[in-house]
Amino acid sequence: MTTTASRQEIKLMAHLMRRAGFGATIGELEARAAKGYATTVEELLHPGEAGDIPQDIIRRYHVDQSELRQPFSAAGNWVYRMVTSANPLEERLALFFHGLFATGYTKLNQARALLNQIEMFRRHGFGPFDTLLIELSKDPAMLLWLDNNENHNGHINENYGRELLELFSMGIGNYSEDDIKEASRAFTGWTLGNVDYMAMRAMKDSIWPYSRIAWHFNFDEGDHDAGEKTFLGETGNFNGEDIVKIICKQDAAAQFICTRLFQFFAADQVTENGQVCIDEMKRSYFESNYEIRTVLRTLFNSSYFKSEEARYARVKGPVELVVGAVRTAGSYTKPTLGVDDVAQQAFFMGQGLLNPPTVEGWHEGDEWIDSGALVERVNFVANELSNPDQPGVRTIINRLTENKESGVTAEQLVDDCLEAMGSLDVSRDTLNVLHDHVAGIEKATDDKNELGSRIAELLGLIGASREYQLA
Amino acid sequence: MVSTTEDKKLVVVQLSGGNDYLNTVVPYASGDYYDFRGSIKIDPEDVIPIDDEIGLRPGLNSIKRLWDQGKVAIIHGIGYANPNRSHFRSMDIWHTALPEDIGNEGWLGRTTRDLDPKGENVLTAVNFGRGLPRALGCRGVPVASVGNLETYGLFPDMQDDDLRKFALDTFSKMYGAAGAGGPVMEFLGQTGTDAMKGADILRTAVERYQSNVEYAGNSIASSMRDAAQVMFADLGTRIFYTQQGSYDTHAGELATHQKLWSDLDGAIGDFVDDMDEHDAADDTVIMVFSEFGRRIKDNGSGTDHGSGGVAFLIGNSVKGGQYSYYPSIKEKDHLEGDLRFNNDFRMTYTTLLEDWFGLDAVPIVNGTFEKFDFFANGNGSNGAH
Repeated sequence: MTTTASRQEIKLMAHLMRRAGFGATIGELEARAAKGYATTVEELLHPGEAGDIPQDIIRRYHVDQSELRQPFSAAGNWVYRMVTSANPLEERLALFFHGLFATGYTKLNQARALLNQIEMFRRHGFGPFDTLLIELSKDPAMLLWLDNNENHNGHINENYGRELLELFSMGIGNYSEDDIKEASRAFTGWTLGNVDYMAMRAMKDSIWPYSRIAWHFNFDEGDHDAGEKTFLGETGNFNGEDIVKIICKQDAAAQFICTRLFQFFAADQVTENGQVCIDEMKRSYFESNYEIRTVLRTLFNSSYFKSEEARYARVKGPVELVVGAVRTAGSYTKPTLGVDDVAQQAFFMGQGLLNPPTVEGWHEGDEWIDSGALVERVNFVANELSNPDQPGVRTIINRLTENKESGVTAEQLVDDCLEAMGSLDVSRDTLNVLHDHVAGIEKATDDKNELGSRIAELLGLIGASREYQLA
Repeated sequence: MVSTTEDKKLVVVQLSGGNDYLNTVVPYASGDYYDFRGSIKIDPEDVIPIDDEIGLRPGLNSIKRLWDQGKVAIIHGIGYANPNRSHFRSMDIWHTALPEDIGNEGWLGRTTRDLDPKGENVLTAVNFGRGLPRALGCRGVPVASVGNLETYGLFPDMQDDDLRKFALDTFSKMYGAAGAGGPVMEFLGQTGTDAMKGADILRTAVERYQSNVEYAGNSIASSMRDAAQVMFADLGTRIFYTQQGSYDTHAGELATHQKLWSDLDGAIGDFVDDMDEHDAADDTVIMVFSEFGRRIKDNGSGTDHGSGGVAFLIGNSVKGGQYSYYPSIKEKDHLEGDLRFNNDFRMTYTTLLEDWFGLDAVPIVNGTFEKFDFFANGNGSNGAH
């Protein structure tokens, strides 16, 4: 028999699911909390079947998600997966790597290659960091995005070599300009296999989903500089794999990837206690031979992560915000038309999925917020959550109106809504404003339908609150 | 009326998707044009001639009227070296004024910063449409993005007016509460309060607006009307941005292109009339551009992505005429099947920035470029045609 989870356990589970997922309503929280925190962390770290409709079926029947000349249909396809996946952490982690290894549509004009890159993040995201970086270095979208197809023996193009060190693995100050050149030499010959064919297809520029195939990786040995290189103090006839292996054993690489994971999953700001947590993550990084799964396990089980300090310490990114609201509202359970509009909404808020502004990715944390973006955020979430026709909203209404024949107090109604949406916390001030709102607008709550629309309206207002902008 | 550069306004209309230059300003005297355009062509009798060689496509009656008044500059063959035929990349290049690198600041975002260095007015630049174009993106520069001016603000979907007022009141209390919560909560509170203020100010524009001009109901006409309302409300807005599309006419071009340009022509004509009525026309210039032109040879039903294109500058202060020259359509002169560009778009930007706004263009457009003399009062600029 499972035991009923305490309120503290539910709150902690809600916190975990806001970070390792896109939030969860009370039903899911209770079920997960009954299994226990550590068990839930393991489940999230070991994704099983996503539970959604297979991609080949979606591609066949939902051409709206398959139009690959524009990023929105492909982004819609990914949003659909985020909304429906039974493995929310797998999608969150892919979103993290998409922001970190930011590859954009602008230069590729090919969304299939980008979706393939995201799929690669699902395949290798939990695995060793060196394997992931090697796969990234072979990824066709990345090869094109950072010009490694123009990186030739004798004529290096440093773009990929530089960003690999600066933006993807260590950060500025941990290598020299010579290291960039030597790394670039090691990646010569890492190129695309079918460029002529792809160029011909591009000339045709057909809009139809099946007329474009993605590029593939090819190692052109004849164009590879096999000579001796000195990189970060080591000398040898290094190839790209060797460069990645040398990077991953640096303390700078551990500090870099652990800090970025911390900021994405735990808190925007690294405090003193936060740095203690990052140091624990770094130990796990080295002990596990750089396995991201182990690093995340350490993070989610750390006392810092579970502490009050880490609660609501992140500003939700736009994709995270819209996916969370849509999951709560239950508006998309099948690959229905319109999910690309959800991706567009995130773009209106400043995050065009598969189309980051530059290779640096998005500026996160409180930089997500400006007045235009906030208006979009509030309006979208309030609209989703205040619609009683949405199945998820209906479920909440039913839950809250069951066994409530007689009137409930304003205080009780607000508490019930916050709990049902995912055991959310708001400040004392916000709570008072919401109480006043309900008390002021409420004439009688005896009628269940009337109570239902009051609840829906209240869900929308909670979604419009400052606290809902945070995770 | 003596005007200073402080009064100058720029309205940018972006034609998204790649406008077909050849079927916009039609080289109707050219046999090559009709040879390459077997089906996607404008017949000579349908063209509105502006000289013996070229003319405007049918439907551009307002632009022709303004042309006859000497208020339209046509910039032929506009583009940039090594043209990129990807919509997104090419538009990005126009937006960031950086053909070689991936930039992260929009040229009009930088312009906004230079026009209002202390960021005193959150409405210095206003985009009419959803989602900010990268042209306006610049860190720390606030830009309002207005989907629909009449419903702009919070909770536009709430049907019941009383409930909406109540919700807005609750919102302002939720965001107005000071104290607990730390700097991020305070920042959110300030931003939410600013957003409400901005929405309130913008809404007054609708209330104060009166005009004898009746705009059509299509989307570009609505956007231009919204821009006019904000302009006449004197909110200090200097840059107005909007877009229309899609001009990506791979198939069914003739009908689509006709509809888009008729809508646009009507919207521009009404907008100029509205400005005349409100005494705003002398201080405003409209720029119309697209990310690229289209392939010279058609594909039977439409045209594919090309390079060299056309831009228009329209306004009372514009010295009407043709600038630069129409690129050759002869096969030997093609650039991979496209018209060859003959002037960098940053020349036009530079002219606007220096001779209209009185700003230093170099840091905004990432370099020094020759200027056109398409302004009647251009301060010592050189012609490039």
